[in-house]
Amino acid sequence: MAGQTDMELIKDGVRLDGRKPDELREVKITAGVLDNADGSCYLEWGNNKIYAGVFGPMECHPRHKQKADRAIVQARYTMAPFSVNDRKRPGLDRRSSEISYIVSQAFEKVVMVEEFPKASIRVDMQVVEAHAGTRCAAMTAASVALADAGIPMRDMIPACASGKVNDVVVLDLNKEEDNYGQADLPLAIIPSTGEVVLLQLDGHLTPEQFEEAMDLATSGCMDLYKIMRDALDKSYGGKK
Amino acid sequence: MSSDSVSNLMKGHMESLAAEGKRADGRGINEFREVKIETGMINTAEGSSMVHLGKTKVLCGIKLLIGTPYGDSPGSGTMTTSTELAPLADQSFDPGPPREASIELARVVDRGIRESRMIDFDALCIERGERVWMVYIDLHILDNGGNLFDCCTLAAAAALSNAKIPNVQHGIADEDVDLPVTCWPISCTFGRLGDTVILDPTSDEESVMSARLTVAHDEDGNIRAAQKGMNGAFTDAEVREAVKTARKSDNVLREALKGI
Repeated sequence: MAGQTDMELIKDGVRLDGRKPDELREVKITAGVLDNADGSCYLEWGNNKIYAGVFGPMECHPRHKQKADRAIVQARYTMAPFSVNDRKRPGLDRRSSEISYIVSQAFEKVVMVEEFPKASIRVDMQVVEAHAGTRCAAMTAASVALADAGIPMRDMIPACASGKVNDVVVLDLNKEEDNYGQADLPLAIIPSTGEVVLLQLDGHLTPEQFEEAMDLATSGCMDLYKIMRDALDKSYGGKK
Repeated sequence: MSSDSVSNLMKGHMESLAAEGKRADGRGINEFREVKIETGMINTAEGSSMVHLGKTKVLCGIKLLIGTPYGDSPGSGTMTTSTELAPLADQSFDPGPPREASIELARVVDRGIRESRMIDFDALCIERGERVWMVYIDLHILDNGGNLFDCCTLAAAAALSNAKIPNVQHGIADEDVDLPVTCWPISCTFGRLGDTVILDPTSDEESVMSARLTVAHDEDGNIRAAQKGMNGAFTDAEVREAVKTARKSDNVLREALKGI
């Protein structure tokens, strides 16, 4: 968050990319795109492009990470070197490590880990093109990939960010809004219970704006949830 | 299927099939799987391609950055190839620093492209001895269905043909121009299954074959790079025969590349 800038990101309720404040970018989800992974998903969210693959449940490596009474979720978020304008050095950096860690924990809430003691469920998220909001997009793709793999889950977890630009609370920040906006709030919820499994925030929000941003992100998640279900329905719903 | 899960029965089956000139997937021994090439899907990359070779899927992105040339070639651009065996491509791919297999793969692809002079490095000089374009070829393996060598070489060639030099972004000139590409190096990889040499091995075949040979040719049929891998061996005659076969068989890939 660069904070206050002179850049006009929203004018008369229309954003730079023509969206209204409460409008998501276009999201396209396809389940089951990879052969080797037990479950997979390809997701396009605006210009973001992400592949997710799931392996497992399988024996947990390294051994010392095994839990006697449940499985662990090993999520890994990585960005391709060509996914951003300046070439990103390949491999895990501190940002990717943090995202991987919090996403793993979020999924352990919904995956029925107690069914698979000592096992590991691997969730790999590859960002191949990034234009802001990739952690939410990656999580959303991962949820669909987990469902595609047939891993028992209580629910899928859609993730979506809201934020603030030019003092207006908006849904699903684009690249410019992410760079020059005033706040960014990625949120992931369990739609069936309304519980929050991932929440981050940076920037500046008044208490009222925070309430508004939470409401907006939650409704974004619910919209997304429908798109996720439709994608699975398309793959597994059979003939209508 | 991971390497240790293929039974001896499967090994025997595939070897005896190969001895009769057949393959488990119905191909002939010197036949490539179906090839599909798409380009330009990644907007943040200067060039990009997605290549399907049977079940193998490789995504390649090209980035061009400005840097200083090497002291021994002040008037030439540089090139770096890296491969990411993305963990989602295969259960046996682990995270962490690149392993030997990944490094070998990147270096073989790199040699095929570098030694064929596919990229006109002299045209990548901006200011002699000071500033040149550095070409980064990043190969992301999304699905490992075997024969990553040929699929990666093909993906790199396709993405390079599709790449633009980002002059505008870096304030070098008023318009972006195509990356100067002179020829298309194509590699053909063979595996030794029992006593038979097969082209374009699948991952199942790779897990039971004893040796691998990759040969890269340019369009004029000159051999540009080669690499023998794995702990088995080829006879002298097999190597010579494979090189000849490669020269004939790479036309399928060349045609696919011309179609983009």
